[in-house]
Amino acid sequence: MSEKPITGEKRVFMTGNEVVAWACLAAGADIMYGYPITPQNEIMHYWTRQIPKYGRKFLQTEDELSAGFTTVGGVLAGLKAFTATAGPGNTLMQEPMSMAEMMRLPVVTIVQQRGGPSTATVIYSQQEVTMTTQGGNGEGIRIVYSPSNHQELFDYTLKAFNTAWKYRFPTFVLGDGYQAKLRESVTLYDPEERGYVRVPSEKYVGKPGTPGVDREPGHYRNTYNTEEELFEVLQQHITDYEKMAPEVIEYAQDNVEDADLVIVAHGVVFRGVRDAVKELREEGYKVGFFRPITLRPFPAEQLKVIANKTKKLLIAESAQGQLAKLVKDAIYGATAEIVPLFRPGVGITTEQIVARAKEVL
Amino acid sequence: MSVSPQPAMPKSWRAESKPHKFCPGCGHGLVLKCLGEAIDELGIQDRVVFGCDIGCSLLSWDFFNCDSVQTHHGRTTPVMTGIKRANPDMICVAYMGDGGGYAIGIGGIVNAASRNEKVTVLLANNTVYAMTGGQMSPCTMPGQKVETAPYGRDPEATGMPTQGPEMISAITGDGAYVARGTTSNLKQLKSYIKKALQNQIDGRGFSFVEALAGCPTNWRTNAEKTWAFIEKEMTQYYKVGEKKNPFEAKKEAQQNG
Ligand SMILES: Cc1ncc(C[n+]2csc(CCOP(=O)(O)OP(=O)(O)O)c2C)c(N)n1
Ligand code: SF4
Repeated sequence: MSEKPITGEKRVFMTGNEVVAWACLAAGADIMYGYPITPQNEIMHYWTRQIPKYGRKFLQTEDELSAGFTTVGGVLAGLKAFTATAGPGNTLMQEPMSMAEMMRLPVVTIVQQRGGPSTATVIYSQQEVTMTTQGGNGEGIRIVYSPSNHQELFDYTLKAFNTAWKYRFPTFVLGDGYQAKLRESVTLYDPEERGYVRVPSEKYVGKPGTPGVDREPGHYRNTYNTEEELFEVLQQHITDYEKMAPEVIEYAQDNVEDADLVIVAHGVVFRGVRDAVKELREEGYKVGFFRPITLRPFPAEQLKVIANKTKKLLIAESAQGQLAKLVKDAIYGATAEIVPLFRPGVGITTEQIVARAKEVL
Repeated sequence: MSVSPQPAMPKSWRAESKPHKFCPGCGHGLVLKCLGEAIDELGIQDRVVFGCDIGCSLLSWDFFNCDSVQTHHGRTTPVMTGIKRANPDMICVAYMGDGGGYAIGIGGIVNAASRNEKVTVLLANNTVYAMTGGQMSPCTMPGQKVETAPYGRDPEATGMPTQGPEMISAITGDGAYVARGTTSNLKQLKSYIKKALQNQIDGRGFSFVEALAGCPTNWRTNAEKTWAFIEKEMTQYYKVGEKKNPFEAKKEAQQNG
């Protein structure tokens, strides 16, 4: 039962959803609660096929409200619990995730974005950025990773469990339908062999002893009687969040030093941007890229430095300015002009990025 | 003149959070008293996790010396299900009102019941959305005047009140325990709650108890009228008794050899 899911290193060719399932196994996730929605279904399929060998659990619930809230329950009971969803499922998931924010529950959610609004397409988009980073009523006290290839899906899913349990904020891995369904090469590895130290989980309810006799009862609530009471709790959460942010923020940048134009993109669109920058540089254009890996907390300071040096920021995203909003907020007051390349619900090719860059340079 | 002593609080109650925050004459306190005594008698205080809903039940978030989780409106059943699935040793009690259970949370309850989740759901039926100020709930009685049906509930327009235990006993599998008690018969109510907990302890199936409970504040009734409404009107429509009883089935099976 306690056999390791992955020993050593394995070079494999598989879909993103399969990679996620393996990452959750490797991370030591104990239980998945889920509800079917394309394009994340195969995470559940692969998980349920593998778990009898490793003594892990699964529950298929009646909807995403329930999937999210049972995941919350799993975490309260002290298990590394996770769920996966997309699109309208992500919409429903925001209710349990706002409870996770309020109670500081390290729930891990994999989102494989699909088209929106509403049911839209089952395939692909980057339109769940605003919802995943800011969803729910409240302040968006959560962590969101945006991987751009299968290796990162594996790495950041692993990391998500540790970040969540270390800092106790709900944590999301924001993939998309292309990453979910595409097959590509990836190295799966035993995380411990690479020095990954599992942050232990801890029970919120059901700790040893009798509450009120040999320990205090755990009383968790999300309703407060007075504004001041809530304010105080939130001040603490926000202080913790701000303290955590520099430790968690991740980004990548290249060729920004002398750039007249810096292209900003995240997730799968970044792949096209990376190639576009290479091509443009070869042709002699002064172009670089900036890629936020954590969309929340956002690498604001790092991008602002660039936005004060370069002439223009070209924001490429498969949405109508959801990343752009994060960028504008982050660089407020900086001198760079923002130029959009927004294609909501469809992919963006290297050629399109190159063409747009030349147009605005 | 001798003064009768205060009736003892259940051991599992948390003295620090008493007196509790329900209105005088509220049914919630009585249901929770039965629950507290049942927990004491079964000796499970160290294993219980108490989940309460939004609605007046949320006032019980620190009611017990038990771990407690106050969740979203209608979502208490899934949260308790999630805990139970993660840690089957815990005794998970979901506590809610008729709005939380039969309206917004019905999907959660029906599906937990269908799956025969080994959790205990306790639902206080006071015929109104109490905390939000007395609107119509799934259990408002025909003709009963409430804020969103000021001329009385018209079944033609709004349907008939939800018969929760009847429905749940119809959709649960073997091993489920389903009953309806009333705060006007606390001994019986406690015995139902105790069986609902025992059923979970035995790992048999879903357990569900609805308790008819008064809301004098929203009903705008004095003590006498509160009891009259529960005993004379509610019990006419909401039949008290056990709807599904695996304990009986077990006894019969034993007798039949
Ligand atoms: C999603 C959501 N919708 C509405 C509300 C507002 N709300 C708070 S309490 C309540 C009614 C509770 O009624 P019931 O469940 O019957 O419990 P009672 O107050 O009668 O004990 C409502 C609708 C809410 N908190 N959350
Ligand atoms: S409003 Fe009604 S249900 Fe709520 S505490 Fe008061 S009496 Fe009880």
